[in-house]
Amino acid sequence: MKLVRWILGLIILMAFFIANFFVYDGAIYAKLINVYLFSCLFVLYRVLAGPSAADRLVAVDIFGILIIGMLSIIGLAYQNDFFMDIGLIWALLSFVASLAFAKILEGRSLDD
Amino acid sequence: MTTQTKSRLIVFVLSALVWWALTDIGKIEEALIGVIVAAIVSLLAGKFLLTAEKPGRWLRRLKYALIYFFHFLWEMVKANFHVAYLVIHPMTPIKPGIVRIKTKLTGEIAQTVLANSITLTPGTLTVDIDPQKQLLYIHWIDMKSTALEESTEQIAGRFQNLLLEVFE
Amino acid sequence: MIRETIGLILIFVGTAFDFLGVLGLVRLPDVYNRLQAATKCVTFGSAGILCGVFILQGFNTFGFKALLGIAFIFMASPVAAHVIARAAHRSKIALAPGTKTDQYAEDKELR
Repeated sequence: MKLVRWILGLIILMAFFIANFFVYDGAIYAKLINVYLFSCLFVLYRVLAGPSAADRLVAVDIFGILIIGMLSIIGLAYQNDFFMDIGLIWALLSFVASLAFAKILEGRSLDD
Repeated sequence: MTTQTKSRLIVFVLSALVWWALTDIGKIEEALIGVIVAAIVSLLAGKFLLTAEKPGRWLRRLKYALIYFFHFLWEMVKANFHVAYLVIHPMTPIKPGIVRIKTKLTGEIAQTVLANSITLTPGTLTVDIDPQKQLLYIHWIDMKSTALEESTEQIAGRFQNLLLEVFE
Repeated sequence: MIRETIGLILIFVGTAFDFLGVLGLVRLPDVYNRLQAATKCVTFGSAGILCGVFILQGFNTFGFKALLGIAFIFMASPVAAHVIARAAHRSKIALAPGTKTDQYAEDKELR
């Protein structure tokens, strides 16, 4: 059963990568950004379907670190460095937000 | 020069350098605003950087810190290939468990650096620290032993001696 | 020319590790294992991409911002992982069925 699911997932991933890197005709940065958007779909699946609150918290925390890499690639594609500012501030805010949510999950007040 | 003044001076120089690196260095107004902002920051929050000064040979500690840095980078590359193997494998061959280890480090900064390094190296994640008893609780994804000494040697033995040279 | 090749290779490797980390977030069985995979791989991948951006751009504003991003990621990501793991353990989220021992719970009973 697990093996069947693994083979199914492998087929889907191979289809996506072949379509992205060999069929789709675009700049190299556009292909990398497509990979990033595909991984953001996985993160959103974990946010929606996570069985507990901590799973959703992990997904949101990882999303903040993922977005800084994606925004730096977008900045390279447009040759413009203000995307990097957005990425840095996004990562900072998501770090503070995960600390605050973790404290709430733990059951303590915020000024502890 | 007291410790507090030294700490404020270090914070001033560091924040001015960061400001000049992040803005356009050519304009004189930007550079002056950077100096003013760095002065305000160092007056408000400068005294928290250095709290206790240790007499020590700076060059020797710097050498061990560099060795530690490259050792840590190599361990981190190994960690990533290990996790990639676990994720791609069809059966995900994991054997997790939470074990306790005992460290020889006593300082707060040293324990924090050790915990962060353990989190970023193969198969281990720090769950909690007990600073008084010097115990660390580690989630280990591929558990090899439950005894205290052996797991300490397996997990913290990679970094502990280098960190002892750097911090104490 | 050789600088651009090295930068692009670093960006490719970083993207691959980011994707593997997110795949681990979906495949592994419980919160702690997911945290392990996600924290390690995504931190290394994003740091690799920022390092590639620094090599491609050189010593200008964009490159220094990338260096600042690397330093911030390396300091922030393990702390967030540790805080989330402790909060999950204290709010009594069960470990995966194959878990062998839990010495943290034993020590918390004694206290």
